[in-house]
Formats: sequence, C-alpha cells, structure tokens
Amino acid sequence: MRTLKFLLEKEFKQIFRDKGLLPVIFIMPLIQLLIMPLAANFDIKNINLAIVDHDYSPYSKQLVAKIASSGYFRIVSYNYSFPSAVHEEIESEKADLILEFPDKFEERLIKEGMQPVYIAADAINGTKAGLGSNYLNTIIADFNSEIRLKLLSQQKLNTGIELRSSNWFNPHMNYQLYMVPGILVLLVTMVCGFIASLNIVKEKEVGTIEQINVTPVKKWEFILGKLIPFWMIGMIDFTLGLLIGRLVYGIIPVGNLFLLYAFLAVYLVALLGFGLLISTYSDTQLQAMFVAFFFIMIFMLMSGLFISVDNMPSWAKVIARMTPVTYFIDVMRMIVLKGSRFSDISLSLLKVAGFAVVLNGWAILNYRKTA
Amino acid sequence: MNEKAIICKDLTKRFGDFVAVDNISFDVSSGEIFGFLGANGAGKTTAMRMLCGLSYPTSGEAAVAGFNVFTQQESIKKNIGYMSQKFSLYESLTVRENIRFYGGIYGLTNQELKEKGDELIAKLNMGNESKKMVGDLPLGWKQKLAFSVAIIHQPKIVFLDEPTGGVDPVTRRQFWDLIYDAADSGITIFVTTHYMDEAEYCNRISIMVDGRIDALDTPANLKKKYSAETMDEVFYALARGAKRTAD
Amino acid sequence: MKQFMVFVRKEFYHVFRDRRTLLILFGLPVMQILLFGYALTTEIKNAKIIVIDNAKDVNSEQLIAKIRASTYFSIVEGDDMGAAFRKGEIRCAVVFPPGFGNDLLHGNTAQIQIVADASDPNTAKTLTNYLTAIINDYQQSIQPMVTIPYQIQPVLRMLYNPALNGSMNFVPGVIALVLMIICTTLTSVSIVREKENGTMEILLVSPFNPTYVVLAKAVPYLVLSLLDFIIILLLSVFLLDMPVRGSLVLLFMESTLFIISCLSLGLLISSVARSQQIAMLMSMMGMMLPTILFTGFIFPLENMPLPLQLISNLIPSRWFYFIVKAVMLKGLGFGAVWKQTLILAGMTIVLLTISIKTFKTRLS
Repeated sequence: MRTLKFLLEKEFKQIFRDKGLLPVIFIMPLIQLLIMPLAANFDIKNINLAIVDHDYSPYSKQLVAKIASSGYFRIVSYNYSFPSAVHEEIESEKADLILEFPDKFEERLIKEGMQPVYIAADAINGTKAGLGSNYLNTIIADFNSEIRLKLLSQQKLNTGIELRSSNWFNPHMNYQLYMVPGILVLLVTMVCGFIASLNIVKEKEVGTIEQINVTPVKKWEFILGKLIPFWMIGMIDFTLGLLIGRLVYGIIPVGNLFLLYAFLAVYLVALLGFGLLISTYSDTQLQAMFVAFFFIMIFMLMSGLFISVDNMPSWAKVIARMTPVTYFIDVMRMIVLKGSRFSDISLSLLKVAGFAVVLNGWAILNYRKTA
Repeated sequence: MNEKAIICKDLTKRFGDFVAVDNISFDVSSGEIFGFLGANGAGKTTAMRMLCGLSYPTSGEAAVAGFNVFTQQESIKKNIGYMSQKFSLYESLTVRENIRFYGGIYGLTNQELKEKGDELIAKLNMGNESKKMVGDLPLGWKQKLAFSVAIIHQPKIVFLDEPTGGVDPVTRRQFWDLIYDAADSGITIFVTTHYMDEAEYCNRISIMVDGRIDALDTPANLKKKYSAETMDEVFYALARGAKRTAD
Repeated sequence: MKQFMVFVRKEFYHVFRDRRTLLILFGLPVMQILLFGYALTTEIKNAKIIVIDNAKDVNSEQLIAKIRASTYFSIVEGDDMGAAFRKGEIRCAVVFPPGFGNDLLHGNTAQIQIVADASDPNTAKTLTNYLTAIINDYQQSIQPMVTIPYQIQPVLRMLYNPALNGSMNFVPGVIALVLMIICTTLTSVSIVREKENGTMEILLVSPFNPTYVVLAKAVPYLVLSLLDFIIILLLSVFLLDMPVRGSLVLLFMESTLFIISCLSLGLLISSVARSQQIAMLMSMMGMMLPTILFTGFIFPLENMPLPLQLISNLIPSRWFYFIVKAVMLKGLGFGAVWKQTLILAGMTIVLLTISIKTFKTRLS
C-alpha cells in the first residue's frame, strides 16, 4: 500500500508538470463541449425549398405562405414558370426540395375535385429528403382540410379520429438536450482513452519502465498507480462538463446525480483498463495512438451517439454491445433526461463492471515485468 | 568472500534461431567487482537482463542472491539494484523526488528516505541542484545520481550496464570512486563496460564473444595469459575472432 | 530520378512494415465503409412501442393489428408506460381510451393518445409521423364509400436516390475523411519522425535538392491515397450498390487535386511540429475533428450558427464532398463543379506555397 502512495505521488507530479498534456486534458474537451453541440445538430430545420408556381393563384400563394411560416423551410426561390434554373438549384445544392404547382391548380381543384402538386427531393441525404417531404405533406394536408372546410362551408364532416401526441422528457424537442450528455461522454472517453493508452508506452519509450521492472513493485500496484490519477481526471472533466451543461445549455439532470457518478466511476475503470491494455501491446507512442484512434473511431460511430443503436442490424448491435461507451451514453441520457433509477440501469452497470474486470485483468496479465 | 552472489551455469537465451547467450557459466563472489566485457552485440545486456529477472532464460541455471532466475524473479528484485544503458530516472521529477520515489518503492521508511536523501545529495555535492528537474542536469551528474539511486536500498548486488557511456574522463573517475565506496559497504558490483582502463579497476573480468565467455580471470592473469601489455590488447586478441557484427 | 525512386521505395517499406500504420491505412476505410453501409442507418425498423388498450373493441384491435403488421414497430407487452420509458425499453406508447370504437362509429371524435420518448427528438418525430400515417390510413379504410372532395395530392419524386439508400450520403464523406487522415496525419508524422530520429539531417546533407527529399516523402502517400480511394470506390460500388453516374476520369482528377491539398497541409504541419506527438495531435484535433464536423456529411451545415458556417468554408473537404456528390451521384460534368474546383485549387496553391516557404526557412 505504501508503494502505491509513492507511485501515485510520482504520477500526479508528472501529469501536472506536463505543459503539453494539461490543456489537452482540461481545456480542449471543454472548448469542444462548447462548439460541438452547436455543430452536431440533427434537428432538421431550414430546409431549402424552391417553388415553381405555374398557377400563381390565391390558393397557391396561401399555401406557400403557410409553408414559409411553418419554420421548417427557407424558401430560396419562387418562380412562376419552370426554368431549367430550378434544376440547377438542386444540382448546386441551393435547394433541397422543389415544390411545383401545376397550371390552373386552383381552378381545376375546385372544378375537378382533385389536383396534384409535385415535390422533388434531393434524396442523397435520405433523412433530410424524408423528413422534408413529410413536413411538406403535413402542411399540405392541413391546408387541404382548411380549404375543404371553407368550401363545404357548414356541411358537417365526419371528424373521425383525433390524434393527440405528447412528447415526454423533452417537450420542446430540444436537440441539444439529447446531444450534450452524449458528447460529454464521448469527450471524457477520448481524453481518458488517449492519455491512458499513451502513458505506459511512454515509459517504455523513455526506458523508465525497465527501472520499475527491476524493482519489487507488484504488477497490480503499478497498474493501479496509473489508473487512479486518470480516473480522477475523468471525474473532474465530467464534473466540469456537467457544469457547462447546466450553465450554457441549461441541462439539469432529472435523475439521481449520485447514481450517475457511481456509473461513471465504474465506466472509467473499464475505459482506462482498455487504454492501458493498448499501452501494454504497443512499443511506441505512435503505435498506441494509431490503435487508440482506430478504436475511438469505432466507438464514436457505433455507440449510438449520432445514430441510434436500435436501427442497426443484429450483427452491428453485437459490436455496439461490445463497446462500453454504448452503455454509458445510454445510461447518461436515461438518468439525465428521463430520471431513470438504479433498478432501470442495473443491468448496464453490471455489464460495464464486467468490462472493467476483464479489461484490467487482461492489462495486468499482459504487462510483464519479466519478458 | 566465499559466499556466492551470482551462480550461473550453462545459461542460454535464444531468440528464434539466434542464440544471443550461448551456455555461459561463471560465479561472482560476494563483495566482488565483476567486469562483464564484450563487443557490441556480444550478448552482455541480454545476459544481464536474465540475471536481473527482466527476461526468461531459454535454458541453463542461475541463482542471484540465492534466488532462482526462473521462478523467483520478484525475490531477486528485492535484493538487487540496476542501472540500465538508457538513462532511466524520471526527467520531470526533481533530484529529491526521484530519490524519494525509488527509495519509497523499495520500502524505505520516511525517516530513512530523509536521511538517505540528505546523505546522498551531500555526497554527490548536489545541494544546489536538489530541487532541479533531473532532465536539466548534465549527463555525468545524471549517471552518478542514477547509480546512487540504484543502490539506495543497500542491495546485495548492483548491475550496471555501461554506466559511463558518453561521460568525460574526470566524471568517470568520480563514478568509479562511487563504485568502490559501494563495494566497500558490501555490495557486489556487476558491471559491463567498453572502456578497457575501467576493466583494470575490476577484481575479475569476463570477456564475451559471440554469446560465449571466452576468458574469465583477474586483469593481471589475463594479461599474462595473452602476453599483453594492456587490457586493450587482450580484448583485441579475443574480439578479433568474433563473427557477429555490432548491432 | 533513380535516386528519387530509392527514396520513394524506402518510404513504402516504412509504411508496409508497421502493422498499426496499415490498420489506419486500410483497416479504417474498409471498416468505415462497412459500418456506414450496413450498420449506421437512420431508417427506423422495429421500434419498440407499448400499446395500452383501454377500449378492447373491434376497432382498437383492428388498428393494433395494423400497427403490428408494419415493419416500423414491434409491440412489446407491458402496462407500466412510465417504467418502460425509464428503462429505455420503449420509444413510444399508444393509448386507446375506453369506448374508442363506440365514439368512432357514432360520429364522435375518437381520441388516440401517442406518447413519444422525445429525449431523442428526431426519432420521436419520425415515429409520431409513422403512427399518424397508419392511423389515417385506417380511418380511410373504414370509410371507403366517402370520396373526399377537393383533394390536393402531393406527388413525390426522390431524385438520385429513390430507394433512400443511406450510404449515398456517407460514402463521399468517408472518402474525404480517409484521404484527409492519410495525407495529413501519416505524412506529417512520417516527416517529423525523420526529424526526431535525425535521419532528416542525413537526407538533407546528401547532395540532393531538399525539395526532392520532401517530394519523395509525399509521393508514396499520394499513391497510397489514390489506392485507398480506389478501394473505397470498389467497395461502395460492389458492396453498397452505389452508382458512379458521372465521369470517372473527372472524379479521379478532382480526388488528386484534393489529395495534393491535404498533402500540403501535412507538409505544413510537419514543418511546424517539433515532435510526432504534436504532429499527431495537430492533425487529429486540428484537422480530423473539423473535417468530421464541417464537411456536412454527418451534421447538416445549414443548421449551424453563422460563424461555424463561415469556418466550414475554410475546410477543403467541404468542397471536395460537394464535388464527389455532384460527379459521382448526380452525374454532373465539370460545368457544375468548376467553382468548387477553383476554390479547392486556390486553397491547394496557397497551402503549398506556405508549406514550401516554411520548409525552406526551417532548412536555412
């Protein structure tokens, strides 16, 4: 135990004297937390819409006004005919969607009782095309029932089913509420993952590990001496991130903070074990960085941070479940946004604890004092 | 002097087809200064790493401070000090902090750490530098400090791997004074070197060629045997036959 | 020329001998294409929902059967909606009030309550949309006789990607990202490594024009990048059924231009960075993250605040992404991308000039 004290003392001194490392640990993640949520916004708003109106009637103008006031669309052009320029607007990505009213739209709608409007979407970005045309459909349907009511005047329509939808946990559909907790997890993961994977290998490169290896220091003491300082850094980073979340984004965790920290504590042990494992398998810092980068890339994509794990095919779900980050992002969102309790997350906690044991055990086994 | 600090019999290390250390056998007595010579790539460092418990031998037997190198590496480590070719104190810790760290993990008490630290800094004349980062010290000072730290826990044996490489002659002389002091206090010294004048300072020396020990005796006897004036000539006579080139 | 080839060959040895470099060079792009192509999709399938049927009549059961039949939803058992949401077991809940069918048949307003887990707002929106469509559909099917008057019927055409294949959006982005990694990170790190090891000095004192030395370092990475580009292209055409609608030659030329601009960035970093770590951090944090954020293939650029949108104009990959989409997926010719090409070319020239200048001042 006394040995551990000396190891920790040394580790902390080294970290706080490393002028290159400190900004990477404390400043960079916080700046990213301030910028990333602004950029990582999937909330589909401001869809660029080009309108071609061959009719130019009161109806078409009313519908366009309704679309413009919906808040989802930005009308980038409004033409009375269909010049080839409109096509170019999609090609040059000035417009995401084109809405076209046919000639004599209003007149025929009243006379024939049915009229098409044409929507063309740039479907390379499928989500945007899908959501955009969906919004447009809803607005058109709305407009449709309005004019129908007017035209049929007092005639009673079968009212049918009324849908009431409510949005729990995030009634204003604030996208940042969803992203900030996830991004915070990712940032803590990146910082701790990188510094842990670089650390032992740095001692290998400099040669100090040889000196440690001829001392009677026990393997678990050495690994623990590395783990504890990074664990504390992770805790501090996370706390700073939560504060930013509260001050800048107004996110106040609904659930129990103590539970959140308990999960974080276990998660960090698992993550650091992974970093140390990479470290024990590498000979140079560069190799460690490459491998860490490769895995962090996978974590980032597969963890459900940007794209929900639910939609993945089953083989991909297996990969997602093999990465501890997935669980933490999930639990983080559950506790912060939904106020989930211990019994709701206990299974995830158990799994992450399993990762912690396996990864650290592996790292200790793979760190050999005698080669 | 009859007690053996190191007993080594037919010790061998292979890396694939390459036999780095080929059936070497020798004993080192307690309190002896044992010089371990050889050209670059002769296998000195590999042999030394096996004795320190850093590397598993392929075959043969060896005991260091009475402990088996195959099974009792951790016990060996409690009884030895080691100074590697590469400078291996922490450059971002101060002189005092390095002493405290290494002393601490060898289990010295706080009282001992304080006393040893003061004593060591006084001996090395580093009073003004004790709060400096080790990385800022000149090489010679670093080497002397590394040696003193390697014996801070008063081990039975200390292994020195080319401790004076790249150091000026005056500092080398001072370094050997430290070695003699340590030997006087009962520590067995096992040292590799390239400098033949340093070989003369040893009680006995062995010369390794291509993984084997080709000669082992006191400097005086070796010179007599090879009818040479200096150790340089002895070494040259032996190393000429080497087939391996330097690494 | 012969000496030049010697240098180039030496560089290839370096790359192919380190497994970790190979992992980044070939493992990463292949993995990303596979993940983006097969695993990462925003398309919703089998979203778990709970149905609380307080009516238990013919109509509610018919409607539930309709929801069950859709591939979007899979109904899970249970009646504690709140707990199921907190455990993350369901995304959405549908509640039928008592007397639902009765209301419906007697011309009253029959209510259905949809509760969505809006902690993930986009999924919540999409699920609500799907449910609405199913319910509307059902409503029409039980009143088949009535033709609704004054109908506006939207006719939808999905251009370029009628099947809404998600990889369409990602593949051009992955190409840009991978080329960026190889050119900036690997190039800068490999040059700085030579500086650190002191071998750069040896090369520079050789009777050899320093520009050649630097060029010899850059050529292998140009070749490797093109190789990676071809691999990604082949994978996306044969595995992901992506079309190449435009001119392959044009695509190649544009990619080469982009690669050269990234290489100049790498050279610039290597002339500034003192150690491999710093080079690595600069290219990762300074280049990679902006590329991911500001290219527009994951996050829509138009949602960002104006300052970030302005920053995105400075990122070469943004323009390259546009070009790849236009040429590869839309089948457009040079006429449609000349502006972007010009911007990219301008950036390349500026970067190249700066990096050669800094290199020269470092040398002298």
